[in-house]
Amino acid sequence: MARGDMMKGFELYQPADLDNALSLLDKFGEESWKLAGGQDSLDWFKDRAKQPKAVIDLGGIQALRGITETADGIEIGALTTLREVATNAAINAKFPLLGTAASRVASPQIRNQATLGGNLCQDARCWYYRYGLDCYRAGGNKCYADSPEGVNREHCLFGADRCVAVTPSDTAVALVALDARMVVVNKDGEREIAAENFFIGPDVNITRMTVLEPGDILKSVRIPATWAGARWYFEKVADRNTWDFALVNVASVIKLTGSTIDDIRIVCGGVQCVPRRLTVVEEVVKGSVRNDETFELAAQSASRGATPLNYNHFKIPLMENLVRRAIRDA
Amino acid sequence: MSDDMNNSGPYSASPTAVSTRSRTSRRNFIKGVIASGATVSAGGYLMTMAGCSSDSGDGGSASAPAPGTVERMLVLNVNGERRTVDVLPQETLAMTLRYKLSLTGTKLGCDRGECGACTVLIDDVAYNACSVLTHTLRGRNVMTIEGLAAADGSLHPVQQAFIDELGPQCGFCTPGQVMSAVALLKENPRPSRQQAREAMAGNLCRCGAYDNYLNAVMRAARGA
Repeated sequence: MARGDMMKGFELYQPADLDNALSLLDKFGEESWKLAGGQDSLDWFKDRAKQPKAVIDLGGIQALRGITETADGIEIGALTTLREVATNAAINAKFPLLGTAASRVASPQIRNQATLGGNLCQDARCWYYRYGLDCYRAGGNKCYADSPEGVNREHCLFGADRCVAVTPSDTAVALVALDARMVVVNKDGEREIAAENFFIGPDVNITRMTVLEPGDILKSVRIPATWAGARWYFEKVADRNTWDFALVNVASVIKLTGSTIDDIRIVCGGVQCVPRRLTVVEEVVKGSVRNDETFELAAQSASRGATPLNYNHFKIPLMENLVRRAIRDA
Repeated sequence: MSDDMNNSGPYSASPTAVSTRSRTSRRNFIKGVIASGATVSAGGYLMTMAGCSSDSGDGGSASAPAPGTVERMLVLNVNGERRTVDVLPQETLAMTLRYKLSLTGTKLGCDRGECGACTVLIDDVAYNACSVLTHTLRGRNVMTIEGLAAADGSLHPVQQAFIDELGPQCGFCTPGQVMSAVALLKENPRPSRQQAREAMAGNLCRCGAYDNYLNAVMRAARGA
């Protein structure tokens, strides 16, 4: 057994509707914890690195579940499991990129329990942080990964600001590529945030990975029809083919006329604290013919500005190759 | 004894223990275990005690629950039986099955959703019992390895196939492997070898008997 396997006691609330959940969040504020599938939460509790007073289980709220086709695309409730996302016929017909990304998360057992919202909102997977050390992200004044002895082969190439953790999510890169919108509710009402702006880096707030405040709940994800039926590519490279988080993953959607690239969105995970939209690559290849010259140019511009740490130089050629394939094989 | 270990043992879990824990050496760990008069194997009982008593300091919640929180008494459907059980808010299904209902066929390996040794079926779908809170399972049907064999003791076809193909070596991961295979065949009675491989991907086997297990799944699928 690993250290501290017994969770510290907490009060468990199981609201049946969104209003109840929101008033509980309002009541407990910083002492509350939103529980979805629990595949991130329970690890924190078992390690006793997080000890909330009130855990609010969102699992019983029907309004947060389900996949609906709308006039403009698809809306997916945040509590929909990754298994449902990966196997849903409508998603795989319109946005196979998302279905494929969801099917590559973790293991079958975890996909059966884990939710789309949880996969998007999960906390950083830096093992120094998860161990409960007093790093910057945990409110301290040190980064253990970016130190002379730090083991940082899984950490970031871009956007380091004291913290060098990366986004661990496979579905996040797919949703940023698909230009999805996150629907967030709190007691004051509902707002919609572009997926690209939903994730935040340490320069914005070092203790959080998303814009969600303690009183906010991610209600659903809306995917507009803009990229339905477009060419797409997803690849995840990890040390293990199952269960493991991505070292680098890539998601792209492309619209072609003949072999000329009319429009493209391409996003990399595992290289920055947020899913990194490669806007430079997009600009470089738009209007170009899909040929070796274009692929090479795209690969080179993808890694421009990368600042590797002691052990993650390998991510630069890995990222370049994934970008090359994401345009060539889409 | 459990109180001693809660307060001074290596599993000490006060909020300030986070930094000291990271400095605990192997030597100090062993000394600590000896000093608290416990053996390593008693760790399991410690967890049982800490997990099951409601007033063990930091192990449980207050005995009178706050308004609006879950009712601790709970009826679970396990292997076709209705079992009434007192469940802590923070208790996982694996803990409830093993330490409250004595269904120890469900193994705890990593307790982190990594290894799949605790795989059980909930409404015919495979889950890691270590990673599901028992309180989220009201009204749902749990099936463990103990529920597979028929009343007359004859084995489930998957269990028989695992024996015929010499699946288990040490056997620790076997209950989880069997449950993953049963879940697969309920959903897809005629899987390809690749589909079976993917369905079994969440179950680690440190003996490395993966091919034997896979052969067994395919044998069970042919016989089903």
